[in-house]
Amino acid sequence: MASALINVPTKAKRGEIIAIKTLISHHMETGFRHTETGVPIPRDIVTRFVATYNGEEIFSAQLYPAIAANPFITFSTVATESGTLEFKWTGDNGFAATEQAKIIVE
Amino acid sequence: MSDGGDPLASLPPGQGRSFVLIAATVIVTLLSTTLSVLTGDIPVDKRSSTYEQMSADTKAMQDEDTANPGMLWVLDGEVAWRTRTGAAGRSCADCHGEASSTMKGVAARYPAFDTKRSAPVDMEERINICRTEHQRAPALAFESKELLALSAYVARQSRGMPIESSDARLTPFIAAGRDIFERRQGQLNLACVHCHNDNWGQKLAGVPIPQGHPTGYPLYRLEWQTLGSLQRRLRNCLIGMRAEIYPYGAPEYVALETFLMWRARGMPMESPAVRP
Amino acid sequence: MAGNRMEEPRRKEALTRRDALTGAGAIAAGAALPTLWLRHAAATPADMQAAIANVLGDAKLNVGRVKIEIPPLVENGNTVPCTVSVDSPMTPQAYVKFIHVFNEKNPQPNVISARLSPRAGRASIATRIRLTDTQTVVAIAEMSDGTFWSDSISVIITLGACLENLI
Repeated sequence: MASALINVPTKAKRGEIIAIKTLISHHMETGFRHTETGVPIPRDIVTRFVATYNGEEIFSAQLYPAIAANPFITFSTVATESGTLEFKWTGDNGFAATEQAKIIVE
Repeated sequence: MSDGGDPLASLPPGQGRSFVLIAATVIVTLLSTTLSVLTGDIPVDKRSSTYEQMSADTKAMQDEDTANPGMLWVLDGEVAWRTRTGAAGRSCADCHGEASSTMKGVAARYPAFDTKRSAPVDMEERINICRTEHQRAPALAFESKELLALSAYVARQSRGMPIESSDARLTPFIAAGRDIFERRQGQLNLACVHCHNDNWGQKLAGVPIPQGHPTGYPLYRLEWQTLGSLQRRLRNCLIGMRAEIYPYGAPEYVALETFLMWRARGMPMESPAVRP
Repeated sequence: MAGNRMEEPRRKEALTRRDALTGAGAIAAGAALPTLWLRHAAATPADMQAAIANVLGDAKLNVGRVKIEIPPLVENGNTVPCTVSVDSPMTPQAYVKFIHVFNEKNPQPNVISARLSPRAGRASIATRIRLTDTQTVVAIAEMSDGTFWSDSISVIITLGACLENLI
């Protein structure tokens, strides 16, 4: 399954506030559903999302079952310097995914 | 019954909703029987995609590639397109080259007539025919991630292009599909036309009734929280009507799809779409 | 618990053994999750108030500076767009530390807890959430000066007409 879709501008001016959109593929099973025969379906969600910019955390979030499937998170950051933005998702059952995006800041 | 309060409270969960739906559709049916003269095709210039009836937020979800969950499947499909598989060790790309050029317009004219079978096949069936006959790999299960990924990737190449339904060989199948579309079915004795030709735009259980054109398949349905095929949606419709569903791959679905594509001829493809 | 005793009808809010077992499994799976509520899948506004109190501690909750935007009528409760923005200069001297979102009728009151920093430039986040029923959603911003500000919105959830599962 494709991990994620990231929307980060490839170029930005120093000091400019840029919007970052992330979309990770995950069914986000709430843990509150049951099968037709009444067997509970165990929870299986992404619990944590961390975004770093050249190694420093710029945004993080704790996710709960109320986040829709294929979690979509948009946030912003100030374009300070050229480098790498890294996005990491972790969750139940050892789920882990990482994506990177490069940005040029002039 | 114990308390005399809310009559729906004593029904098991789910029944309350069903009651409201049955009541609503009975009313629609009664209106349809008395005004049966209304049942005719929607005039070509009055046709519109369900996209038009969606909220601004859902439209935005479809329009932006990085916000459209359907694109996750398209990306997977792109990888699958290039992956060699099966006893023949071939990838789709080995025969079909770059999908962005060779698959342009293809999904817009599916289901397409298959000469060997003397009948139309839909996109998912075509992919499995290629897999089994040319790649010599096992067929992919209906609604599996892998099949939907390839179907979404191919359909994406037709985005913006008009739906084409001009093959004369499809005529008898379009007619068979029209029969199903116009036939009363199921416990509600309702035909597709009653909602989707006669009452589109009006509300059923608070939700606007669409005309029901297959312009965006496979699509990400918020109800499913995943991508699904047109066949899945048609099964969904039949269940909603309390009619008996055909098994996946049944010729009835292909006939219905063929008719629906004819009904939507000329309308632009939107795949992968997002729908509520 | 004697196995021979007749099963008594369950009170809606009673925590049954099965719930506890299911909850325990969930806790083991999500050890990182701070507020996990063991509940029959019918939460109340009181649960939301308790979850909010958990975050506030002794602090007062002010109304204002925060704006939560959700379409007033949503097409499907499975995927509801939700944007929270906070009026803050986002400088090292004055910025939003956390944005928390709560709901009142889902099985769990928490929706998301986001940590921001002055590096955000703008205190604005957007996501897609699930809402089981027509209800109120609350957004709370924790500021760097220790104050808490909030906004709330009422959302109506409609249900599609032709459902795939009748159960």
